[in-house]
Amino acid sequence: MPDLIAKPALGAVAVTHAGCTLAEAAALTITALAPFPGQAAAVGAELGLAFPAPNTVSEGGAARLVWAGRDLAFLIGGAAPERLAALNGLAAVTDQSDAWVTLTLTGPPTVEVLARLVPLDLRGTARGQVFRTGLGHMPLVLIAEGADSFTLMTFRSMARTAWHEIEEAMVKVAARSF
Amino acid sequence: MRLTCPLCGPRDRREFYYYGAAVYLDRPAADAPPEAWDEYLHLRDNPAGVTQDLWYHEQGCGSWLKVTRNTVTHEILAVDAVSAADAAEEAR
Ligand SMILES: [Zn+2]
Repeated sequence: MPDLIAKPALGAVAVTHAGCTLAEAAALTITALAPFPGQAAAVGAELGLAFPAPNTVSEGGAARLVWAGRDLAFLIGGAAPERLAALNGLAAVTDQSDAWVTLTLTGPPTVEVLARLVPLDLRGTARGQVFRTGLGHMPLVLIAEGADSFTLMTFRSMARTAWHEIEEAMVKVAARSF
Repeated sequence: MRLTCPLCGPRDRREFYYYGAAVYLDRPAADAPPEAWDEYLHLRDNPAGVTQDLWYHEQGCGSWLKVTRNTVTHEILAVDAVSAADAAEEAR
């Protein structure tokens, strides 16, 4: 195996407009777990985390199990895929660490900024919720972290476009606050 | 327009991809007569009223959905996962 150098998708410096900050998050291990029929609970038991119901996140220690679609969850920040041998026969396991870019958006106008790009009413969301949705035309895993705080995952190949679209929405929300 | 995905909840129409009439679920047997295949592939009703079609929750959970709706009133009457219908059929 060649010795590969891990690089961030953007290497971008955080930007702030009108109290809303967009930043690139540290790249964590992302492993897609697609349980075989009827095995979701067994997959969760092996990991010590409840296999998440739709639109929810299970947390334990540094690892999170994030619902990511029909019969699909992402293990984020947990054991590396090659150390998940216990899941053999229970789930299809795929390393997707280098397939996604992870961004964070924080600060009071965050919901207004996302309202320009995401077709969901995000007022009143709370930690523990996740949404499979879209950022414009880009696929999005949107994790609620708490008040005015979200983690956004989209395809790494679209990182620059996502960053541009979000910053543009931030600038426009900021322009309305004068 | 909103569709209530059985997994994701109520979602905006732009998250979904429209495929076509729900007739696509009733595929004829491989040895069915050409008339059956002709009907399956090409002939569609155009009802003023209740109709059923297939939608894909493309920017969502990735479920195929069978949507029952009314073309006159624009009511969405039901949204069912195709996978659930398949499972029920296998259980029968
Ligand atoms: Zn859905």
